[in-house]
Amino acid sequence: MELTINGVQHQLEVEPDTPLLWVLRDDLGMTGTKYGCGLAQCGACTVLVDGQAVRSCVTPVENLSGASVTTIEAIEQDDLGKRVVAAWVKYQVPQCGYCQSGQVMAATSLLRQHPHPTDQEIDAVMVNLCRCGTYNAIRAAIHDVCSDPTHGST
Amino acid sequence: MEAAPVNLSRRFFILSSTGAAAGAFVLGIGLPTRQARAQSAQAPTFRGTQVPAFLEIRPDNSIRLQSPFIEGGQGTFTAMAQIVGEELDADPATFIVENAPAGEEYVVMDNGRRVTGGSGSVRRGYLVMRRLGALGREMLLQAGAQHLGVPVSELTTQPGQVIHAASGRAVPYGALAHAAMDLPVPDPANVKLRDPSQFRWIGKPVKRLDIYEKSTGKVEYTVDVRVEGMLHAAVQHAPRLGMTVGPIQNEDQVRQMRGVHSIHRLPGAVAVVAERWWHAKRAVEALLVDWEEAKPGSADAIRIMPAEFSSEEFRQHLARATGQEDDAETKGDVNRALKNAHTVIDATYFSQYVNHAQLEPPSALARYNPDGTLEVWLPTQAPDMFRADMAKRTGLDEAKITIHSPLLGGFFGRHFLYNHATAYPQAILLAKATGRPVKLIWTREEEFLRDVLRPMAVVRFRAGLDAQGRPVALEVVSATEGPTEGGGTKRGKSLDPSALEGLTNKSYDIPDRRIAQLFVRSPVALGYWRSVGNSMNDFLYESFLDELADKGGQDPYELRLHLLRHNKRLTTLLKAVEELSGGWKRGPFTAPDGSRRARGVAMASPFGSEAAAIAEVSVENGRVRVHDIWEAIDPGSIVNPAIVEAQVNGAVALGLSQILLEETVYENGMPRARNYDGYPILTLDRMARVHVKIVESGEKMGGIGEPPLPAIPPAVANAVSTLTGRRIRSMPLSRHEFAR
Repeated sequence: MELTINGVQHQLEVEPDTPLLWVLRDDLGMTGTKYGCGLAQCGACTVLVDGQAVRSCVTPVENLSGASVTTIEAIEQDDLGKRVVAAWVKYQVPQCGYCQSGQVMAATSLLRQHPHPTDQEIDAVMVNLCRCGTYNAIRAAIHDVCSDPTHGST
Repeated sequence: MEAAPVNLSRRFFILSSTGAAAGAFVLGIGLPTRQARAQSAQAPTFRGTQVPAFLEIRPDNSIRLQSPFIEGGQGTFTAMAQIVGEELDADPATFIVENAPAGEEYVVMDNGRRVTGGSGSVRRGYLVMRRLGALGREMLLQAGAQHLGVPVSELTTQPGQVIHAASGRAVPYGALAHAAMDLPVPDPANVKLRDPSQFRWIGKPVKRLDIYEKSTGKVEYTVDVRVEGMLHAAVQHAPRLGMTVGPIQNEDQVRQMRGVHSIHRLPGAVAVVAERWWHAKRAVEALLVDWEEAKPGSADAIRIMPAEFSSEEFRQHLARATGQEDDAETKGDVNRALKNAHTVIDATYFSQYVNHAQLEPPSALARYNPDGTLEVWLPTQAPDMFRADMAKRTGLDEAKITIHSPLLGGFFGRHFLYNHATAYPQAILLAKATGRPVKLIWTREEEFLRDVLRPMAVVRFRAGLDAQGRPVALEVVSATEGPTEGGGTKRGKSLDPSALEGLTNKSYDIPDRRIAQLFVRSPVALGYWRSVGNSMNDFLYESFLDELADKGGQDPYELRLHLLRHNKRLTTLLKAVEELSGGWKRGPFTAPDGSRRARGVAMASPFGSEAAAIAEVSVENGRVRVHDIWEAIDPGSIVNPAIVEAQVNGAVALGLSQILLEETVYENGMPRARNYDGYPILTLDRMARVHVKIVESGEKMGGIGEPPLPAIPPAVANAVSTLTGRRIRSMPLSRHEFAR
C-alpha cells in the first residue's frame, strides 16, 4: 500500500491493520515517534494526520490512504512546528525526553486549531503523559509561541 | 594537525572488531575512548584519573566526555560538562556527553561502586570530576609547551585553547589533544583546582546539552536501537511471579502467524521472535499457555506470588501485624515520657503500593558476535553490576561483555538490577537461541505485570503532648518491608535503612522517641521509587505532626518553627518557604475566585538535602485541586540552578501524582491495572504552579533529583485536612470522598 509521510510517498508491504506507529518505527526506521502504551493513553506516539494530532499506536495504516502524515522527524519543515520546537528549547522543556516528540506534535496541532489557546484549552488538549513532570514548562512554551506577534495572523 | 586519526582509527577498529557494520548502524554511544598510556603511580588512591578514558578532544575542539553517571532526564550530562569544563577550561556547550561503558576506570565513587541513584551524581562526582578536568588541562598545557617550544610556566589557558601571552600565540585544544592524551597523567594529589569565586559555569543556569535533540525526536533510547540482522521479540509473562511455562495449546497455529520467526520458552515467560515487533507482539499475545504453579521451595531467587494475594487484604494484614519490633532509632525513654505526658495521641497511617510508570517500556538488545563476545544495549543505572550479572548468567568472562547504555526514557528507580523485572536476560537467551541479534520490547501490559513496587506500609504512631500541647514523646512502628530487603528472597542481617528513612533521624526537638520496624514480608517484589523511603514516610510523619499540632492547639507552621528552634539551617529554610508563599496563611480562606482554600506545610531531609513546601488546595466537584506549591530547597550548594528548578518541578509532579491519584492494586495475585487507563498518573491539567527558592547554606552538598518530592504529599494532605476538617491518614486522595 501507499503512504505519504513527511511529503514522501512510500510503497509498503504491510497488512492493512498494522498500526502506523510500527510501520514508522520498524519498516521506515523513523524512531522519533515513541511507543509508550499501545492504547492511545499516553500520547508518546502522536503524529499529525492532515495537521491533526493522531495516536499512531491505534491508527491502522489502511485508514490513511490519501492522507498526509507528519512525524517529529519533519516537524521543523513546518513553520509552526519549527516555532514550537524553538519554544521547547527556549523553555528547556524536556527532561528524559521520551514523551516529548508526542508533546511537540500535540502542541503544534493545538496551536494550529487554536492559535491563542486559553489555559483551559491547553488543559483539555494537552493530555499527553509526562512522568518527569514537565507540564509547567510545556504550558509556558505554548504561551510563548502565542506571544510572537506574527503568530496566528495567517 | 595530527590530532584526530588515532582516536578515529581506534573507533573504527572497535567497530570492525566487534562485527558492527559501518554506516547506518554505527552507534555513537558506549565506545570506550583511549586508555591512559601511562598510569599515575597515585592512581589507586584517586578514582577517575584516567583522563584519556574520559575525554576525547576532537580536531574541531568539541569534547567527548564519558560520563560515569547515567542521563535519564535529571540533567547529569550537563552538570558533568559544567564541572569538567570549569577545570579543563572549556565551555560546556562544546561537550558531547555519553554514558560511559562498564569498566573500572569509570568507577568514580569512593565506595568503589558505580551507581546513578540516590541523587548522588553531582555530589559524589563533584570533586573527582573537577580533578579530572584539572588533570586534563595540565596535560594540554604540557602538550602546548612541547608544541610551542616554551616552558609550561609561560602558558595559560582560555576556554578551549592554550595561550602563550608573551608571543601572542594560541593553540586550540583540538590541535594538542593527541599529544596531550599520550602524556602521563599528572599526580592527582598535587593538581590545583580553581577558586570557586572564579567559576564561570558552575553555579550558572547553563543550557542543557540534549534539549534540541529531545525536542525533535533525535535522541536514541534503547527501544530505538537497531543493528544489522536484528530480529524483534515480545514476551508474555506468567500471570503470577514464580509460575512456569506448561504446555502451549496453540503453538503450531501461532507459528503459522505472519512474520513469526520462532517461539521460545523462557523462565516464567514465553517469547515470540519475528522480523517486526508488531508481529511478535500479536503472536505472543495469541499464545495460550497452561501456566504451572510455582513449586514451593524452588531454587529460583524470586518471590512466589500466591494466587489469593490481594493488596487490600495485605493492608489489613499489616494493620493487624504483631511481633518483633526492630528499633531503628531510640532517644531518651519513650515509655516513661509517654506515661508522664499530659495527652497521648494514637493514630494509624497508610501508604500504598505504587508503580514506576516511566514512559519508556523496558527493552534490551542483545548480540553475540562471531568472536564469542556479547554486546547488550539496555537502560541501566549501574552498568558494572549489570555486566557482572550477565557474566553470571552466560558464563562469559566480564571482559567479553560490552554494555551500551543509551539515555533512559525515565529514571524513577526503575533501572536497578531487579532480578525478574528486566528485559535483558530474556534478550540474551533469545539472541543465543536464534543466533541473531534480538531486540526485545515489553508491552506496557507486561511492564505493569512485572514492575517492582514501592513498599506498602501501615504505621502506628503514638505521641505524648505536654501541658502546652507540644509533642515531647514519639513512638513510631512501621509494619513494612524495605525496598532493599524486598527484592530477593532473604532478609539482610541489619535493618534496611530505606524502609524507615523519613521516619528516622528527624531534626525536630522531640526529646524521647523510638522509631521501629515491624518486618512483614510482602509477596510482591519491591524496588526503589523516586525518593525511596522518604517518598512515603515523610507523608506519614509530617501528616501526623500536623495532627499533633491540631490536638495540641498549635499552629502547624509555628509548631515546626518551635521544634526547630535550635536548628538554624532548617529555621532559615522554613522561613524561606513561608516568605516565598507571601506569608503563612493556613486558612481555610476564600480565594479571589470565590473558592474555599487552605494551605499545608511540610518538610523533609532526603538524600543530604533539606526541603520545605507549602501547598494551596481547594476541592472542586469532589476532587482535590492543588493550585500552588511553594518549595524552598537547601542542597548546600549547587551546580545549575535551572536544572534544580526543573528537578523541583518534576519531583512536585510525582509527589502530586502519588498523593492525588496513584495506587497499585493487586487482586488474585495479579495487578488490576495493566496500562495507564487503570493506573492514572498526573496529567497537565492537574499540575500545580510551582515556585522555587534555592537556599545555598554552604553545608555539605546534597542531592537534587529526589529531595524535592517527599514534602509535597504531606503539604497537600495537611492542606486538605485543614480545608475539610477531616484528617487525611492515607494516600491517594482519590480514595477519599469529598463533598461536591
